[in-house]
Amino acid sequence: MKSAGPTPRNDLPLRHTVPNGLAVSLRDLRMTFPGQRGQPPVEVIAGIDLDVHVGEFVVLVGPSGCGKSTVLNILGGFQQASGGQIVVGGQPVHGPDPRRIFVFQENGVFPWLNVVDNIGFGLSKHSRAEREQLIAHYVEMVGLKGFEKAYPRELSGGMRQRVELARALAANPEIIWMDEPFGALDYLTRLKMRSDLVRIWQSERKTIVFVTHDIDEAVQLADRVVVLTPRPAKIAAIVPIDLPRPRDMDAPDYLHARDRIFEAMGNLALARGR
Amino acid sequence: MSLAQPRSTPTWLALLLPLTVAVIFIGIWHVAVSWTQSLIFPRPWEVVEGMLELATKGVLHKYIISSLFRVLWSFAIAALLGVPFGLLLGWWRPANLAFNPILQLLRPISPIAWIPLSILWFGLSEAAPMFLIFLSSFFPITLSSMAAVRNIQPVYLRAASNFGLGRFRLFTAVILPATLPQILTGLRIALGIAWLVVVAAEMVVVNPKAGGLGYLINDSRSAGRYDLVVAGMVLIGVIGLILDLLIRQLEKFDEVRWAYATQ
Ligand SMILES: Nc1ncnc2c1ncn2[C@@H]1O[C@H](COP(=O)(O)OP(=O)(O)O)[C@@H](O)[C@H]1O
Ligand SMILES: [Mg+2]
Repeated sequence: MKSAGPTPRNDLPLRHTVPNGLAVSLRDLRMTFPGQRGQPPVEVIAGIDLDVHVGEFVVLVGPSGCGKSTVLNILGGFQQASGGQIVVGGQPVHGPDPRRIFVFQENGVFPWLNVVDNIGFGLSKHSRAEREQLIAHYVEMVGLKGFEKAYPRELSGGMRQRVELARALAANPEIIWMDEPFGALDYLTRLKMRSDLVRIWQSERKTIVFVTHDIDEAVQLADRVVVLTPRPAKIAAIVPIDLPRPRDMDAPDYLHARDRIFEAMGNLALARGR
Repeated sequence: MSLAQPRSTPTWLALLLPLTVAVIFIGIWHVAVSWTQSLIFPRPWEVVEGMLELATKGVLHKYIISSLFRVLWSFAIAALLGVPFGLLLGWWRPANLAFNPILQLLRPISPIAWIPLSILWFGLSEAAPMFLIFLSSFFPITLSSMAAVRNIQPVYLRAASNFGLGRFRLFTAVILPATLPQILTGLRIALGIAWLVVVAAEMVVVNPKAGGLGYLINDSRSAGRYDLVVAGMVLIGVIGLILDLLIRQLEKFDEVRWAYATQ
């Protein structure tokens, strides 16, 4: 692939110091929400075991409402699981942590800050010169040159997601959690965002755990696709996607991988119908 | 998303229409007074003459300054106390539990109802009307600041906690900017109420030597000078409008515009 974009950043050491090479390790993750107004409790996650390797791009797919966001919120430290072992970066999760940054579905950028100040939000500990250099680097990487002074309300939905991605990258996290970050965008913008995300992931070498209900999105992005069952979520299948990137959506191997995921999801739907 | 973009009206029409309404209104006023041959109710030009008379006697600007002084000082004190107090109530649950009930109880009491107590406590000093104006703006400012904190989008707080912000930066970098637009709206409403209340307060509790536009109206009524009564009313309207236009200028800053601008 031709590299027209900025060169990978090597000013900061990657903090990938986990002994077993695992960025995430889940054992029997369980989540049950207490029932509201006399309703019975809702079991959302019914035992998930999953390892994510450092530098890996893992995508969780599953039908809407199956518990994908709940898994990611627990990993991000925003919600507490009801049971299981949750180890991230070699340590149990105790809450949100700047070494792991969450990218939200929409409107996660601060509307009172312009592009540059949003991207620099996590850089308050850096010197001014460093901060400016990092901001410029990521502005270019996500393709927002010329929009430095724009406010989020003046940007399209796709550009706002670019700002949020840049804000996450600039903080140099080990892991990025992404919860349907392109879910609110139109089809063509979504395609472009995916290929840009792949390019950025290849140059930054971050671990990414990405949630979507879009099977194509999963196959285009992932090293491994984790297919979840309808609620309560369990792992239905794990499908490795061993294809070179950028991926050809018409290649037989691509279609084969896509079919396997469909099958994992569809068979379950049939089984439930019986 | 709007259903239909309103077509922009040409400037001349935007000027001509309100001007026409004003001319018709003043015309009807003039004709009505002439027809009824009222000896008390002034004609439009008599009101203008009354204003000029007050201006040449030097009391006009004195009264205007008196009223403005009271409003701006009381309003400033109410804002300085009400904004931090409201933010605290919105952020810290125990404070909310402790103070919200009494605030909700005091809020519906009209400042006018406080007039007897303010006379009892402050007599005819400057403090009496200022106390009433303070009360009238303190409650809306406090309550809107409190609501502003509670209305912060959870995603901003999540992002803030994700980046590991300490308490100080959480406040200065997220809570304050996120609440500023709604605080400003509260201030604008409070200033409008303060300007309504200053007139009422001055009609009852004010030292005649200090005067004020409310005092002018009440005093002119006693003297049977209804031209000056209406002159006072017109001035109150004009100055109230100017105050609102001025505070609206603050809404144009980038720091708050994000919340008002429609996509
Ligand atoms: N705080 C909560 N209390 C009760 N139920 C919840 C809560 N959060 C999510 N749920 C329920 O858990 C299920 C999974 O939600 P979520 O993880 O958001 O699904 P997904 O992201 O896969 O669409 C949904 O049925 C939702 O109603
Ligand atoms: Mg979700």
